[in-house]
Amino acid sequence: MTGYLELIVESFSGTIRDVLPIIIVLGFFQAVAIRKPLPHMKRIILGMGLVIVGLAIFLVGLEKCIFPIGKAMANQLSSPAILAEGDPILKAALENGHQPGPGIYLWAIVFAFCIGFSTTMAEPSLIAVALKASEISTGAISPLGLRVAVALGVAVGVGLGAFRIVMGIPLEYFIIGGYIFLMAQTYFAPKFIVPLAYDSGGVTTSTVTVPLVVALGIGLAANVPGRSPLIDGFGLIAFASLFPIISVLGYAMIGAYIAKRKSAKSQGTEE
Amino acid sequence: MQQMIRHLGKKFWTSFMDVVPILVVIVFFQVLVIQKPFPNLAESLFGLLLVISGLFVFMLGLETALFPIGEKMAGQFAQKGSGAWVIFFGFALGFSTTIAEPALTVIAKKAGELAVQGHAIQADSLERFVFWLRITIAGSVGMAGAMGVFRIIKGWSLVHFIVAGYALIVVVTTAAPREIIGIAYDAGGITTSTITVPLITALGVGLASSIRGRNPVIDGFGIIALASLTPILFVLIFGIVVYGVGA
Repeated sequence: MTGYLELIVESFSGTIRDVLPIIIVLGFFQAVAIRKPLPHMKRIILGMGLVIVGLAIFLVGLEKCIFPIGKAMANQLSSPAILAEGDPILKAALENGHQPGPGIYLWAIVFAFCIGFSTTMAEPSLIAVALKASEISTGAISPLGLRVAVALGVAVGVGLGAFRIVMGIPLEYFIIGGYIFLMAQTYFAPKFIVPLAYDSGGVTTSTVTVPLVVALGIGLAANVPGRSPLIDGFGLIAFASLFPIISVLGYAMIGAYIAKRKSAKSQGTEE
Repeated sequence: MQQMIRHLGKKFWTSFMDVVPILVVIVFFQVLVIQKPFPNLAESLFGLLLVISGLFVFMLGLETALFPIGEKMAGQFAQKGSGAWVIFFGFALGFSTTIAEPALTVIAKKAGELAVQGHAIQADSLERFVFWLRITIAGSVGMAGAMGVFRIIKGWSLVHFIVAGYALIVVVTTAAPREIIGIAYDAGGITTSTITVPLITALGVGLASSIRGRNPVIDGFGIIALASLTPILFVLIFGIVVYGVGA
């Protein structure tokens, strides 16, 4: 139990260190540029305390529970010893650095997809942005719908990233192809969603997703024959921020399409 | 009192539901795919409880502090009518939160080690490499903050920035050394932390709401989008400068 206390204290001081530059900048501008105190100062200080305490506890829980499990699973799903259990031919092939194709890594890729989805659903900053978006669009943008769209994008991104590591395809092909697709999609998507969609790309990759996804990528690159963790391990985060933009734009495009068909239909019945 | 307890209970339930997908994935893979019993089940359950409670407390603070600070400051800046100060504020917020980011230090070090291995730099200039890489990334996030605020004030469309930015990235990528590409694209993702995002979002939306003629949905978002674009571009350029063109 004392181990936890230590961890919480450590995490707490880490969070304060993260918050410190923000508080200094806020204080400086409040004092020098605005020269007026913020209203409800007491409430805000209390709330800032809640943010720090909450984040510290959240991080300890992640570190003690979710990260170890996630890392162990990613490792088990890609380690040659477990994949080739009871199959000496495959085992010998893997040990000799032979690449048997993506088939045996199917579960690792599915796991990458699922963990990308589920961790994004718990990402605090995404929840915050979704709340804000729903608030200012007076409910037109559903917070849950937005989060599911983003999470699906991250899932596809991380799953595809894992597939890329297994196959050893250079990162640039996917990224450049992805961005060209994205540009075309941006042109056709409803204009109101564009800034929010691009914001979602940046939001997805903070506290929860990054450590797990990095561990997954490096674990896979270390276990798959012929891959180097240094060169192939990177890039999953890039995927995890590219694909949510595509999925959120897609979400809005589908929504606009359905609305258009509905209005066309109702017009048709009126005639 | 009772109403407050019910309100808090509802919020706690929401936080629980946010974590449920992770739970489902872990249980599914452990039971059906890996087919081995859970190692240290009790500890994991306790950790999970911490995750849920932490999220719950953070969400309370989000609505009492982070959102109001961003909104109120945006309102106060708009009232003063000092565009230059807000732009500077955007830069300072982006730069200061990024330079202190631990994930950034880790990535910069890794990039430095790669550069030493690839003989792009001497081992004794590793520290300088890491330092300037961090300055590059933090500076580019600061620039994104300033540009994002400027765009909201001017009411320019984000699409132009994005299309121009990514077109530049694609061009620069073709000239960039392989060793830096993965790191550059990852740098775009790590620069936005859990505390900065709500603050910046509230600031952008607050600014767009307090300037006449701006639509908060269209104009308020987009600062984070720029903050994930500029680091990619500048780290690629940094790589070209250090490694040489097309190395």
